[in-house]
Amino acid sequence: MTNPIETDVVIVGAGPVGLFAVFELGLYDLKCHLIDILDRPGGQCAELYPEKPIYDIPAWPEITGQALVDRLMEQIAPFKPEFHFNRMVAGFRRLDDGRFEVTTDEGELLVAKAVVIAAGGGSFQAKRPPVPGIENYEGQSVFYSVRRMEEFRDQDLLIVGGGDSALDWTLNLRSVAKSVTLVHRRPDFRAAPDSVNKMFALNETGDIRFQVGQVTGLSGADGQLTAATIKSPDGEIEIPCTRMLPFFGLTMKLGPIADWGLELNENLIKVDTEKFETNIPGVFAIGDINWYPGKLKLILSGFHEAALMTQAVKRLVSPGEKVVFQYTTSSTSLQKKLGVS
Amino acid sequence: MTKITIVAFDGTRFDIEAENGSTVMENAIRNSVPGIEAECGGACACATCHVYVDPAWAEKVGAPEAMEEDMLDFAFDVRPTSRLSCQIRVRDEFDGLVVQVPERQA
Repeated sequence: MTNPIETDVVIVGAGPVGLFAVFELGLYDLKCHLIDILDRPGGQCAELYPEKPIYDIPAWPEITGQALVDRLMEQIAPFKPEFHFNRMVAGFRRLDDGRFEVTTDEGELLVAKAVVIAAGGGSFQAKRPPVPGIENYEGQSVFYSVRRMEEFRDQDLLIVGGGDSALDWTLNLRSVAKSVTLVHRRPDFRAAPDSVNKMFALNETGDIRFQVGQVTGLSGADGQLTAATIKSPDGEIEIPCTRMLPFFGLTMKLGPIADWGLELNENLIKVDTEKFETNIPGVFAIGDINWYPGKLKLILSGFHEAALMTQAVKRLVSPGEKVVFQYTTSSTSLQKKLGVS
Repeated sequence: MTKITIVAFDGTRFDIEAENGSTVMENAIRNSVPGIEAECGGACACATCHVYVDPAWAEKVGAPEAMEEDMLDFAFDVRPTSRLSCQIRVRDEFDGLVVQVPERQA
């Protein structure tokens, strides 16, 4: 464990709503750290529809997901938010002094006066391919990411997928594994053409094997994989293998937040509509992840929720202090914070 | 209005009067057809609205575009007439169209 990072607010999720929360909290001098499982800001906007136009952002008749994220990053820059990307929130507890301790899966320790969950549809996690019984092999023979290449040394490795992860690991693990077979449902790939060409060349020379098809079954015992059944254009075939790496994209799951003791409604966090506070005082939830009567999963609703949540957080962090509501159009103190006055 | 039929995995037929311009996925959701999840809401970003176009209709409906074909990599049991139903827009010529919901979505 490293030394704790002390801050006012930890925001879980760096999607549009988490980003805008930095702005609202920043106007009240509240410093934020954001944690996100992705490697960049934007959440679903960046991961699912960066190029898709959104038509219901006020004053933007049309804006793409990525452009919205870029604008938000520009808007919150004066408040110097700190980002912890490629991290998932792991632990959570209230300290004796009333603050919260939040840990990440990489061992960082953050201590904050308030926690804001802006995790959208949940954290992006590797999708489990719909192969019957695959869960019996997970963690022993089936992995969704490569943490250490050594785990694949001298193994008969089956890699499934047609994107960059599948192709990159086919090329990289070839030197470590005993054999590498790549299975993809078609001979066309989403991965970078350069890696695809390299893979085909290695297939020619017999250094790896490429098989068109879809995995329909696994054989083995006690978590130890011995073979995979592939439905190929030439019929069903068996490929002996001891390790499998399926790359089937990402899905969203609530993840460890589900164990925080938050009151949920069908996997969404219940909040009040005055402060957007959860059943745990000091823990707030805004954006798609929350639920209240009448909730609409719109980015603009999340922005509204961020503004109201901020009022409550400010009162919590500075008890006894009068929270003065001001407009950015006229307040010189707000303009100073924004660096425009 | 164009008549389309979505057949659920258990064989239940949903005969739907679909508005031209709407997607097959939207009609499936509106009519609560089981097995169409449409997690991403129609952005061609998830492969959870996968359907098999009836072979008799495959040619008329056409093949998926590159982006949809890429997304089909994430679907379960992809077949020659597989499509993502969010990418099939209903028009006059599709009157009588039949699509089938697969056993499961990815």
